[in-house]
Amino acid sequence: MPLWLFIFLAALSIISSLGVILQRHPVHSLLALVLTLIVIAVLFIGLGATTVGFLQMIVYAGAIMVLFLFVIWLLNLQSQPLEAGRLALKLIGALGSAALIAELLAFVLHLPAPLGHEHPVAPDYGSIGRLAQGLFSRYLIAFEITSILLLVGVIGGVALARRTAAGGAGGSM
Amino acid sequence: MAPPSYFMGLSAILFCIGVAGVMLRRNVIIIFMSIELMLNAVNLAFVALGRAWGSVDGQAIVFFVMTVAAAEAAVGLGIILAIFRNRATINADEFNLMRW
Repeated sequence: MPLWLFIFLAALSIISSLGVILQRHPVHSLLALVLTLIVIAVLFIGLGATTVGFLQMIVYAGAIMVLFLFVIWLLNLQSQPLEAGRLALKLIGALGSAALIAELLAFVLHLPAPLGHEHPVAPDYGSIGRLAQGLFSRYLIAFEITSILLLVGVIGGVALARRTAAGGAGGSM
Repeated sequence: MAPPSYFMGLSAILFCIGVAGVMLRRNVIIIFMSIELMLNAVNLAFVALGRAWGSVDGQAIVFFVMTVAAAEAAVGLGIILAIFRNRATINADEFNLMRW
């Protein structure tokens, strides 16, 4: 990936992810998050991980974000002022995030030498065939367990969101 | 040419923005979105490192993270719906039933 393209995409993703946490209306936050996810998908494709990049667009930016949108509409959330008060907590949160970012960047700047330059890869590096060979040989057990995870997720989602005969929600709070 | 360490740096920045969102916002949906942002930042690091070593393992792990995120979104949004039905709010400060 050329450097100018990386810088453009990095700036775009940082601005849009700041939009996620700074917007007042939840739908605006969600749209900023969709933009961030699409930019990350483009970065994946630029890194050669074509299949994963398109999966990211379809599954994340498509399906999961529509789920969020449905919930926001279902709850009829309106624009809210950024929460006031608890200044000490906010200060600690901001300081903690700044410290974490400094620590991670200091770590990244001292990575071992092989990470300092771009590596050429095989032309079929990110193809669906290569990914499937990995998934169905080395990660076969994890892949099968994933199906159980999704089943549990479906059951949990239905059990939590359904209304019981008594009129309350399924999950008692 | 952008080396993998640049992608790691971007990943660190995005992760910290997600952390800041979890710490600074009190709207449960925004907190949930920030968690998705953190998951994606880590995914970016996985893909960049997988590319640096020329292996497909990083992409396989990203695949699994996406699956976990999908299950997490379904269950988490179900929990938010259940909370909203019982409490009629999604402000995280007002969920104090289990706080001593």
